[in-house]
Amino acid sequence: MSEPLAIIFFVIGVLFDLFGCIGLIRLPDIYNRLQAATKCVTLGTCFILFGAFFWSGFSAMGIKALLCAAFILITSPTGAHALARGAHISGVKLWEKSLMDKYAEDKEGKSVAGKIEKA
Amino acid sequence: MIWLIWALVFCCFLCLYRVGAGPTPPDRTVAIDIMGTLVVGICTIWAVIRGKDFYINIAIAWALLSFIGTITLAKYLEGRGLDE
Repeated sequence: MSEPLAIIFFVIGVLFDLFGCIGLIRLPDIYNRLQAATKCVTLGTCFILFGAFFWSGFSAMGIKALLCAAFILITSPTGAHALARGAHISGVKLWEKSLMDKYAEDKEGKSVAGKIEKA
Repeated sequence: MIWLIWALVFCCFLCLYRVGAGPTPPDRTVAIDIMGTLVVGICTIWAVIRGKDFYINIAIAWALLSFIGTITLAKYLEGRGLDE
């Protein structure tokens, strides 16, 4: 459809991917790494897929690229959420300069409430 | 436009460094998940360069399998069985 627009989208997407992977290397903690890498790489790959759509228009390749972009936008945050929950349940410690842990507070509050109800 | 693919391959090597050096198992799992998403981008740019549609089919199948693998590893990290 419009090739210069497609190349601009490709370059933006590759830059997002590169920054996400640098965040995966540099950040100190599993939760920080998960946040940086998942958001940046999901958006970067969606930019690349939209670029493929702008390159070829409403052909078979463009429609498949839109389908793949929608699929990645649904599944990648789901996988990241499941991984963060699994890491917290399996007992991975937070970074020592982290300020708060709302999920642990929530679990403790639930267990305290359950004890009160049993008593 | 081939340098875009080389930049994404460099990103894959950064992820492989995190797979090797990650101190905990969730670090390695996150890096494998991110690398699957990067391979989807590589397949898409390769389809545009070569002008063939079927590389996009490879990208869709790779995204599906990467999602299933990530969910399975997350359930394993929670300590639940795979059939619950």
